[in-house]
Amino acid sequence: MPIDYLGGLDMTFIRKTTIGLLVLFLAAVLSACGETTGNGTGSSNGSKEIVSISGSTSVGPLAEKLAEKFKDNNENINIEVNQIGSSAGITNATSGVSEIGMSSRDLKEEEKANGLKETIIAYDGIVVVTHPSNKVNNLTLEQVKQIFTGEVTNWNQLGGEDMEIVVVSREDGSGSRDAFQEIVGYSSGELIRNAIIASGNGNIKTTVATNKHAVGFISFEYIDDTISTIQIDGVKATAENVLQQKYSLSRPFLFVHKEDNITEAGKQFIDFILSSDGQAIVSEAGAIPVK
Amino acid sequence: MLEKLSARIFLFCALLSVVSLLLIVGFVFYKGSHPFVAEGYSFFDFIFGMDWVPSEDKFGIFPMIVASLFATIGALIIGVPVGLFTAIFLAEIAPKRVAKIISPAVQLLAGIPSVLYGVFGLAIIVPFLQNNLGLVKGQSLLAVILVLAIMMLPTVVTVAETAIRAVPKMYREGSLALGASQIGTIFKVVVPAAKSGIMAAVVLGLGRAIGETMAVILVAGNSLILPTSLTDSVRPLTTNIALEMGYAFGTHQEMLFATGIVLFSFILLLNFVLAKISSKGGN
Repeated sequence: MPIDYLGGLDMTFIRKTTIGLLVLFLAAVLSACGETTGNGTGSSNGSKEIVSISGSTSVGPLAEKLAEKFKDNNENINIEVNQIGSSAGITNATSGVSEIGMSSRDLKEEEKANGLKETIIAYDGIVVVTHPSNKVNNLTLEQVKQIFTGEVTNWNQLGGEDMEIVVVSREDGSGSRDAFQEIVGYSSGELIRNAIIASGNGNIKTTVATNKHAVGFISFEYIDDTISTIQIDGVKATAENVLQQKYSLSRPFLFVHKEDNITEAGKQFIDFILSSDGQAIVSEAGAIPVK
Repeated sequence: MLEKLSARIFLFCALLSVVSLLLIVGFVFYKGSHPFVAEGYSFFDFIFGMDWVPSEDKFGIFPMIVASLFATIGALIIGVPVGLFTAIFLAEIAPKRVAKIISPAVQLLAGIPSVLYGVFGLAIIVPFLQNNLGLVKGQSLLAVILVLAIMMLPTVVTVAETAIRAVPKMYREGSLALGASQIGTIFKVVVPAAKSGIMAAVVLGLGRAIGETMAVILVAGNSLILPTSLTDSVRPLTTNIALEMGYAFGTHQEMLFATGIVLFSFILLLNFVLAKISSKGGN
């Protein structure tokens, strides 16, 4: 029967594809393992050392810039930055998968218990953003809370046009979201249910930039002219205002590491960031220097 | 010697896939069942819970299960007729020259990385829905359905076309000789004869739709509500995992693995149905 043959063909095709994919997957896992071992021997031999850093997507771009400048003066050190989210970065630093973890939120109790050492490398401001056509440009912290908890659902209640508000938030667990909610004063359970959930600052920016109803929050670093920024209690979202503690929506950028896992190269990198050169790069990158 | 060596290599490769399957399934089930076995969470509350607030220890995925089902069924309603008619056109009606252009185009559609479908959806479909249907947000169940319908086309078309082509010529000749029209022959004789192959096409398309993640995450909106209309933004099971895995730890992470188990059960069920259909085709 031809149909029988057909069925057989399909199944073989599926099986082949599955096997192919699984082999690829295993190969990837194996090569990843190989790389890690390579790192270990590399640093003990004193050849090209690798400092692995992973964590927050908010701290990531800054860490990349710092690493680039650092490598100019330390050619034998290679810094690998992986942007995988604060929690994953902290987990990696705890387990030793990464030498340094990046976090854009304070450590939780259960994370602190693992003996992580934290270093504040910069401060970041969070800014509430809307579509450029939106006339609303100043909100109180209370109004921000009312928007994100769904008490206020129309822009005309805030002095804007008569149109529905579309809330855009980060996903549960995101450092930016934790920091934002903590400062504004609402919990994850209170967030309006039909909020669009976008992963990453860039994603929020795109969503807000293409929807005139939308309101979201992003890091200062991501501000550009595709979106318009909202003043909080009449204070503009600028670095000076964060440092003078006038602007309330701000948070620390952390590097976390375990004393057992940190290499000399890793320490050098942290020292570099805290030096005046490093802090100059921090402010160039749109974050706020600690010194 | 070479004979033996290559046999070994083949065996090793074959075992590799079995082992990785066991590893993946074992790992997902081990991680995913942990909260229910060791931490006292109720599996019933997990499946039928309406609230997903990981930071407040609420893990209910019912809205996501519903979203996954609606999105898949919606995509089938659009994708299957279009795919089937395309397959019929290619196999029965189209002149060879035309089929030679359309066939590779459809197959190429299958090769486009899924994230590009998502970007296309975000850049074209979402603004289109916003501007033309007057929606406050284009990220919606409807956008998901449209993207998935396009994505399942190549699977449905290719498998259904092969099934239709495999129908013996004498069936058609017999029908035409009895005075039936071409369209009558197609729908009364050819399609019923290719039934099991077409069903396989549908099930494979369904599998493609329910497991799709990257394209969906960009156009779904990922809201945590029980979808009641096509314009609601939704969060299917797959995007829940992809969206939160990066930031999750502890119980939250295990619950995402548990979401994976539910998804895996759906896929397993589909494979079972597919196997049934394939074996039935033989009789």
